[in-house]
Amino acid sequence: MKKEIYFDNAATTKVDEKVVKEMIPYFAENYGNASSQHDVGIKAKEALERSRKIIAKSIKANIGEIIFTSGGTEANNLALKGLFFSNYPQKNHIITTKIEHDSILNVCKWLESQGAQITYLDVDKEGFVDVEDIRKAITDKTFLVSVIHGNNEIGTIQNIDEIGKLCKEKKVLFHTDACQSFTKVPINVEKQNLDLVTLNAHKIYGPKGVGALYVKDGIKITPIAHGGGHEKKLRSGTENIPGIVGFAKSVEFASEKDIKKMTLLRDKLIDGLLKIEDVKLNGPTGDKRLCNNVNISFNNIEGEAIGGYLENEGIYTSTGSACMSNTLQTSHVLKALGLGPLQSNSSLRISISKYTNEEDVDYFLEKITKVVKKLRSISPLMR
Amino acid sequence: MALKYNKKVLKEFMNPQNMGEIKNASGVGKIGNPTCGDILWAYIKVEKNEKGEEILTDIKFKTFGCAAAIATSSMITKLAKGKKLSEVEKINYKDIVDALGGLPNIKIHCSAMASQALKKAIEEYKSGAKK
Repeated sequence: MKKEIYFDNAATTKVDEKVVKEMIPYFAENYGNASSQHDVGIKAKEALERSRKIIAKSIKANIGEIIFTSGGTEANNLALKGLFFSNYPQKNHIITTKIEHDSILNVCKWLESQGAQITYLDVDKEGFVDVEDIRKAITDKTFLVSVIHGNNEIGTIQNIDEIGKLCKEKKVLFHTDACQSFTKVPINVEKQNLDLVTLNAHKIYGPKGVGALYVKDGIKITPIAHGGGHEKKLRSGTENIPGIVGFAKSVEFASEKDIKKMTLLRDKLIDGLLKIEDVKLNGPTGDKRLCNNVNISFNNIEGEAIGGYLENEGIYTSTGSACMSNTLQTSHVLKALGLGPLQSNSSLRISISKYTNEEDVDYFLEKITKVVKKLRSISPLMR
Repeated sequence: MALKYNKKVLKEFMNPQNMGEIKNASGVGKIGNPTCGDILWAYIKVEKNEKGEEILTDIKFKTFGCAAAIATSSMITKLAKGKKLSEVEKINYKDIVDALGGLPNIKIHCSAMASQALKKAIEEYKSGAKK
């Protein structure tokens, strides 16, 4: 059988079979609607609240502060739109960064059409936002600072402790999108002064279509989905019980051991890749980088082509290259780091998982070295 | 791959033909698209046969770009090599797309770049040949 190596875990992960097993009874056996008052419904409700408790506990939140959603995108939409509509017109200013996920940036763009003022802060060469820049940007119209915790493309882990402190001092709300960092980097909503946090399941070996928004008690947000008043009236719609059960299990199964293993393999990958000539690591090294993320530019060759050759060897990766996107735009994250189109187009993201082993890394390093050599041999940019 | 390429395109991409450069080329055509980022260089060798006709005896491409850019580069060399220059001049992007059995819409521009690079190389040859 042809070897298959899935190195695109920042896109999504394989659902843990133990998680699947825990979910299965909630499809055809305990299939109730958690709003129903009979026993079938009560069983579903119990599973729902058990799961909510697990997720709340994992970020040191109260059980009532977790709002289940259909995923990270919906949670980000609810956070930003929900806060905007409960603050507007008294306050209309949001501070965010240039390296957010599209589910923040495109919400911000839309909110601008609704009367919001948005400040998109620059980041440094490694992708860090300067807390002082946030401080300077805050005005009396600012109600929210939203900064991604672990960046999905370059793995930069922001200093949310400092940002949280500042926001508390300035009495503005702080939201962080923690889809990539959740269970990889400890999150403590109380100590870190987090007001809203976006979480999801499918990046942590849980199912797709389920996520959550942590909303600190007392924060008023306007719902964006109206209906039966589920989830404290903030998100109507019958709860996805199998998904939510799977989400909670994936959180329970997260382990320090896996983080350590991924960190070692990530660094082995980075070390191996940096041995190839004329490459550039995008994003930071060490503790400030997500344990499963590598992003590297191979100068003078193009990302989609690299990915295509790797795919032919059974290796699945992704790229920030314009050629790979449906809009022919280069990655906005790499652009924010100061990379020109050529370097962005030369980038490859390798995101590993708890299933990755040393053999996979060796196989990858062997193949990528050959692919780079082959593509450079036909590149007009090589001298 | 993210874009659905057909088997022919993938074959040309994985095993591109006539890649590299020609020393003492009769003409070189360089095309670059700064937004998308593709860069294609075409090298041609033109020689006259016994009848005095100009024949494109050799063609090579150097390509920085995606799978479609590499595949179209390879395909255009196959379409052009050994043909009379007057025939080669008629090759347009559609001929390349047809020979590849189609390209995703968003990648059609890659084929246009390949034909433009070849046209530029021919122009360079012609301006040199007149001297």
